[in-house]
Amino acid sequence: MTGGTLILLALALPLSGVIGVSICRQNPNLREGFTLVVSMLLLLVVLQLLSLVMAGARPELILLEMLPGLELRFEIEPLGMLFATVAATLWPINSLYSIGYMRGNEESHQTRFYIFFAVAIAAAMGVAFAGNLVTLFVFYEVLTLSTFPLVAHKGNQMAMLGGRTYLGILLFTSIGLLLPAIVWTWTLAGTNNFIPGGILTGHIEGGAITLLALLFLFGIGKAALMPIHRWLPAAMVAPTPVSALLHAVAVVKAGVFSVVKVVVYIFGLDLIKQAPGADWLIWIACFTLIAASLIALRQDNLKKRLAYSTIGQLAYVVLGAVLLAPLSITGAALHIIAHAFGKITLFFAAGSIYTSCKKTEVSQLDGIGRRMPYTMTAFSIGALSMIGIPPTAGFISKWYLLMGAFQAQQLAAVAVIIASTLLNASYFIPVIYAAWFKRESSEAMLTYGEAPWPVVTALCMTAGLTVLLFFFPGIPFELIQQIST
Amino acid sequence: MISHHLPALQVVVPLMAAPLCFLLGRYRRLGWILSTLVSWLCLWIAVRLAFQVADGGQIQYAFGGWAPPWGIEYRVDQLNVLVLLIVSGIASVMFPYSWSSVQNEVDPEQQPLFFTCMLLCLAGLLGITITGDAFNLFVLLEISSLSTYTLISLGRDRRALTASFQYLIMGTIGATFILIGVGILYMLTGTLNMADLSDRIGEIGESRALQAGFGFLIVGIGLKLAMFPLHLWLPNAYAFAPSIVSAFIAATATKVAVYVMVRYLFTIFGHEFSFSAMYIHWLLIPVGLIAVLFTSIVAVFQRDIKRMLAYSSVAQIGYMLVGIGLVSTTGLTATLLHLFNHALMKGALFLSMGAVCYRLGNTLIDNMDGIGRQMPWTMGAFVAGGLSLIGVPLTVGFISKWYLILAALEKGWWPIAVIVVLGSLIAVIYVWRVVEAAYLHQRPDQSVTVVEAPASLLVPTWILVLANYYFGIDASFTTGFTSSAATTLFGAP
Repeated sequence: MTGGTLILLALALPLSGVIGVSICRQNPNLREGFTLVVSMLLLLVVLQLLSLVMAGARPELILLEMLPGLELRFEIEPLGMLFATVAATLWPINSLYSIGYMRGNEESHQTRFYIFFAVAIAAAMGVAFAGNLVTLFVFYEVLTLSTFPLVAHKGNQMAMLGGRTYLGILLFTSIGLLLPAIVWTWTLAGTNNFIPGGILTGHIEGGAITLLALLFLFGIGKAALMPIHRWLPAAMVAPTPVSALLHAVAVVKAGVFSVVKVVVYIFGLDLIKQAPGADWLIWIACFTLIAASLIALRQDNLKKRLAYSTIGQLAYVVLGAVLLAPLSITGAALHIIAHAFGKITLFFAAGSIYTSCKKTEVSQLDGIGRRMPYTMTAFSIGALSMIGIPPTAGFISKWYLLMGAFQAQQLAAVAVIIASTLLNASYFIPVIYAAWFKRESSEAMLTYGEAPWPVVTALCMTAGLTVLLFFFPGIPFELIQQIST
Repeated sequence: MISHHLPALQVVVPLMAAPLCFLLGRYRRLGWILSTLVSWLCLWIAVRLAFQVADGGQIQYAFGGWAPPWGIEYRVDQLNVLVLLIVSGIASVMFPYSWSSVQNEVDPEQQPLFFTCMLLCLAGLLGITITGDAFNLFVLLEISSLSTYTLISLGRDRRALTASFQYLIMGTIGATFILIGVGILYMLTGTLNMADLSDRIGEIGESRALQAGFGFLIVGIGLKLAMFPLHLWLPNAYAFAPSIVSAFIAATATKVAVYVMVRYLFTIFGHEFSFSAMYIHWLLIPVGLIAVLFTSIVAVFQRDIKRMLAYSSVAQIGYMLVGIGLVSTTGLTATLLHLFNHALMKGALFLSMGAVCYRLGNTLIDNMDGIGRQMPWTMGAFVAGGLSLIGVPLTVGFISKWYLILAALEKGWWPIAVIVVLGSLIAVIYVWRVVEAAYLHQRPDQSVTVVEAPASLLVPTWILVLANYYFGIDASFTTGFTSSAATTLFGAP
């Protein structure tokens, strides 16, 4: 099959899942089976594309043309391929997990859940493969809209409020800042295609560069830079599989991925370097990095702590992008994967704990390691990866980020990364310590063990991937090398 | 033979059908069938005309064989054929819809009158668009206005009478201003033919009288198109009229008035006089921007959704005025595009509210809690139309906003782009209110159960909704037509 057909398949497969799931809504087993099959097929298609891109091909597809020059256009480059591979790898695992979680907690409206999940995955594929800014924007918005029913899934007052914050912030920033930035780019450059080296060189100079960069940086609200981060903790009212795949992988990664993509393929590294006040971009990322970690330190709710940790980790990626050094870009791209595997493991573990004993607070986790050994082992691996301790994937990406900061001669950024690592450790290590070494409080006479097997299998798989990526970083590395050359 | 007379038939057919419809009297259904068939015939004629002028040509038709400038001339070019397509297209979708809706909302004895007035209104609007004669335009404007006053007063709510009266007073003042303006032009030039007027106005040079005539015309047309401070008649009229009337006039009447504004500014006075001598853009841009912000905010606080949509219409007209005021081909293209696109989105939204009104008896947001589940297709249409109103990509709303922002940035007037974007954001809020009520609130226990609206209402609604997406995905037809019309308008002084 040609690249174009494969792209079309990658978009159409999740959507076919929508139809299949709604047809099979009377029979839950068939319905979930369908989701699993479709997600596996998507993975196959994406792997096929991966091998094409690794070989140096750049598959292209023009779906339709709205106006002359304004088209829905897909073109796969290494960065997008990386993001798509991560999302497609984790979807089948997440589906497995969802089955265990949704049944274990007897959630309502499960058909709706699987339908919108599939739409969101299709949208993530669209974001990953987008060949120009407009296409990126279209799928970015589809992703926002399709995840709203998932965030507000529970339908109670809390879920409604959380959903409103989520939708409000993401829509307002994208329409209010991102769209004007896109139109501005278009008027300046006469095109909005992603081209290596950027399209704006020679069309814009001075403070306008900084302004445009800020519009993009804050307009892409999914990257959750402070002060546009409020939607992320708000979205934690969602069922855990949603938080796991969407708010640790697809949605937030769509955000930082877009930031990196805009920096590399719209501005080009050299252009931003000339901008007055380019350092401010670094400071915004650094501020978010530290502030989010400090807030995470004070959260007792496990999912909230993970949410703020996500905001901090995303800031690493943005920092990597705006440091504007080739090595830091490599670090940013690697961190997209490393964080995805690590954070999904952590969320899976949080959901697993909730499923088996309904515990949600960090202070309740004393001695839980003995009750749920698999879950807590996986949790520990994920946490180590967040901190950046070998043998986990987080180590490699942080290594490159640090090297990038040295390369860019931003010693302050080096200091911030190190400080933030310490902060990461100080909010994760106590959880691990409590789980393994503290005694269970005596009044908890509940007897419980591990969560249902699909849940445990899924979280072991992602923890395994986190470790594997440390030992075999070859494929992502080769892909990323293609960006910088 | 027939094809030669198409421009005349475009107006004459609905005009002649109107009394016929009244004569059918108590055979109400026959009257409805007649009006529907006539609307389809009008669309067919408009399409035929569109094909004839698609390459940029003009059709000139001398009424009764009297050569212009003495006789009345009908003139079709790319600009007005687009408006003809909008008016007749919207009519041919909405007339089929009208039967069920009217059964529910209008007294049976008055229904023959209703269909007659709809046909008269259609004839008037098509006539305004196609005519090349300034006085004829005024006459047809009165035909459409008078029939609209009647249609609004047929609303079931007694407040429809005051709304209609208010519109009658304001509309008549507007029409008088237009008449005075046309009178002054006639006095100065001795002609009423638009093409002829345009030539002779160029020869006059500076003249107080001409400037006064210009002022009268702009204010008069401004009243008709609900230009910001002159819009006060519109919310009541749209809110209390029968649903189908709100839908029809929202999608067509203001569009035709905007067309008249463009015609006067560009063809008759010429853009050099309008913008370089009269600086009309210094009126249009502020007024348009205030409309966008102010009426959008007012819309957020409306309880009646039809009224909310009415305020939103005033805001959308603001976008069109801004587009004209940018004085560039891109800006004018944006206005003309929005003319077409807004007809599609407001049509779809008002029709879906008509379906809600059919089941609930009103369109108050308080009564709409949880109806998303009972009326999935109706509310689905509202959401789809609402997305277009906001300007989400792949909808027509996106295309028009794209052009408008592009035009503003071309001039380097980025504050305008900012306000346009703000307008979209406010639209998110007022559309979202309805979504939240319909989908996220629970239906109160003691409320009446509602079921999905009948297919006779849903099919036309969804035709318009799909049109919103079709022309949003493949905009080559609309942008091609409008940009070449805009270029022509700027090319001919």
